[in-house]
Amino acid sequence: MNLHLVPLHFSNMNLLNQISFEVSRRLQANVEISNLPVDINKAYNKERGQYFSTLLLQDMVLTSQKLDGKVMGLVDVDLFVPVFTYVFGEAQLSGKNSIVSVFRFHEEIYTGKTDDDLLYERTLKEVLHELGHNFGLLHCKDWNCVMHTSQGIEEVDIKGNFYCADCHAVVKSNLIYL
Amino acid sequence: MNRNPKILIVDDEQIVRESLYHWFLEEGYNVDVAEDAETVLRKFEKGKYDLLLADMKMPGMSGLDLLCKIKEIDTDCIFILITAFASVPTAIKALKDGAYDYITKPVDPDELANVVEKALHQKKLINENTQLKDRFEEIIRPDNLIGESKEMQKIFDLINTVSQTDTTVMIRGESGTGKELVAKAIHINSKRKFFPIVTVNCGALAETILESELFGHEKGAFTGAHYKRKGKFEMADGGTIFLDEIGTVSPKMQIELLRVIETKQFMRVGGNENIHSDFRVIAATNEPLENLMKEGKFREDLYYRLNVFTIFIPPLRERKEDIPVLADFFIKKFNAQMNKSVKGVSKEAMDFLLNYNWPGNVRELENAVERALVVGKNELIQIADLPFHVTPFNLNDEGDSSLSAIEKRHIQNTLEGNSWNISKTAEVLKIDRVTLYNKISKYGLRKPE
Repeated sequence: MNLHLVPLHFSNMNLLNQISFEVSRRLQANVEISNLPVDINKAYNKERGQYFSTLLLQDMVLTSQKLDGKVMGLVDVDLFVPVFTYVFGEAQLSGKNSIVSVFRFHEEIYTGKTDDDLLYERTLKEVLHELGHNFGLLHCKDWNCVMHTSQGIEEVDIKGNFYCADCHAVVKSNLIYL
Repeated sequence: MNRNPKILIVDDEQIVRESLYHWFLEEGYNVDVAEDAETVLRKFEKGKYDLLLADMKMPGMSGLDLLCKIKEIDTDCIFILITAFASVPTAIKALKDGAYDYITKPVDPDELANVVEKALHQKKLINENTQLKDRFEEIIRPDNLIGESKEMQKIFDLINTVSQTDTTVMIRGESGTGKELVAKAIHINSKRKFFPIVTVNCGALAETILESELFGHEKGAFTGAHYKRKGKFEMADGGTIFLDEIGTVSPKMQIELLRVIETKQFMRVGGNENIHSDFRVIAATNEPLENLMKEGKFREDLYYRLNVFTIFIPPLRERKEDIPVLADFFIKKFNAQMNKSVKGVSKEAMDFLLNYNWPGNVRELENAVERALVVGKNELIQIADLPFHVTPFNLNDEGDSSLSAIEKRHIQNTLEGNSWNISKTAEVLKIDRVTLYNKISKYGLRKPE
């Protein structure tokens, strides 16, 4: 087993399956949808109306020990770390766990219109991006690379949807050892 | 700033420090954290940071107080304040005290990225600007033009003075003293530095070729002129033309040169179009132009046209204190070229270098060092490595100090110093070639096989 996608608080099973299939296809890796006993309510901050992603990540670290390979939590709630207004996700650099929120990938937030294709595209990019951090990758200067930094939804849309050759080489070499 | 910029984050809240640390780390920055202002000051004692991101409210010293302290230690460090207690008066105070910017918690990641990138880019531009200004303020001189003697310091001053003007310069000095290097130094320190310096060795070209070289030619102007070709004066447009060995130019060419230098206009050989070129003239010679003028071999008007500002480069034998510096410079140069690790010159070899009269000047010294590095097998250059068949023993040979023995040794040394070039040796010894041949024959001197 290589990668675990864990729906911590995630109701869109269709999206989850699509992502699972596509990540598996692109990385030539086994992807499994798994569960972890993580209570996301403990990470809720009333004042901000958001969930503290670092706390969720810490819980994942404690509960994912029995899972081999990389573990990615998926949530449909808004994530934050105290210093930032929001985060799309958070990952342990060269670590095992990461988390991605699809909350801000919904086009309804920006234009009021639903766009499932865009939701899928954005989710796929950020899942690959956070996994890249798990594989030790930093942000890439290449706008066509999914590891390019994305500080806003526009930048998520602009950047490429897969790793550049250099970043891909790092991911591939890490996948061998999973 | 080719390396990753160094960023220091100071905040009393661990979670803020950690979040920012990871965020900057993922961005590829070199990140460090501190929990209070005192720690920051200790870290600054050990090394500099490009950017300091500081919380406004911290136990002990506040962010604003830290800002004042940092500006005393390192004026170049970019200071960005970050706080949950945003207020206009505080922001204005921070900016007045030298903060680059002021952002409020929670920070929009996009805003933080923009502020930090902009600040670091600005710092990089300021650094580049300062470096460029510094470079312009010092005299730039070609690498080989070195010397610590008073004579050379005076030449550097003259280069500096004349570079600021567009005056015609005449460089005088023996062969191998570095006349071309001085010309290049004048050019690269002048306002013409972004245009070419074009060198013409007047002595190396026959009159007809020289004319075509200097003024260019039209297609079919003479046999072999298959294409139209620009001349050196045309190539030097905007820059400098360096006329080396000007004393060897024929009388006909002297008239042509005088006209071109005065009018800055000329025609290509075989052409009928007047071409204008904006160039500065630097000429050089090792000939006694004044004597040539008296003999009618060099035009007086051209002499005065060229001889506006003269720089005399003394021969190496008159500035022997430069020999160790030059030798050291050439050792480093040839070490790099030949992948050697020669560390210097032995005392005996240096004594010899200092006693030798260097008829070929710096060029001869350069060749001597190059040869020594090729043949030498020691860390220090030895006398045997030098290209002279003279040793300290026969230099100070007390066995025979008769006038004829000393003359014989001196002639032999000079011949070997000039690679047995009879004309050059005769010139150095200030005797004519026939006298030299007679003395070679008299003393039974033989050119080594």
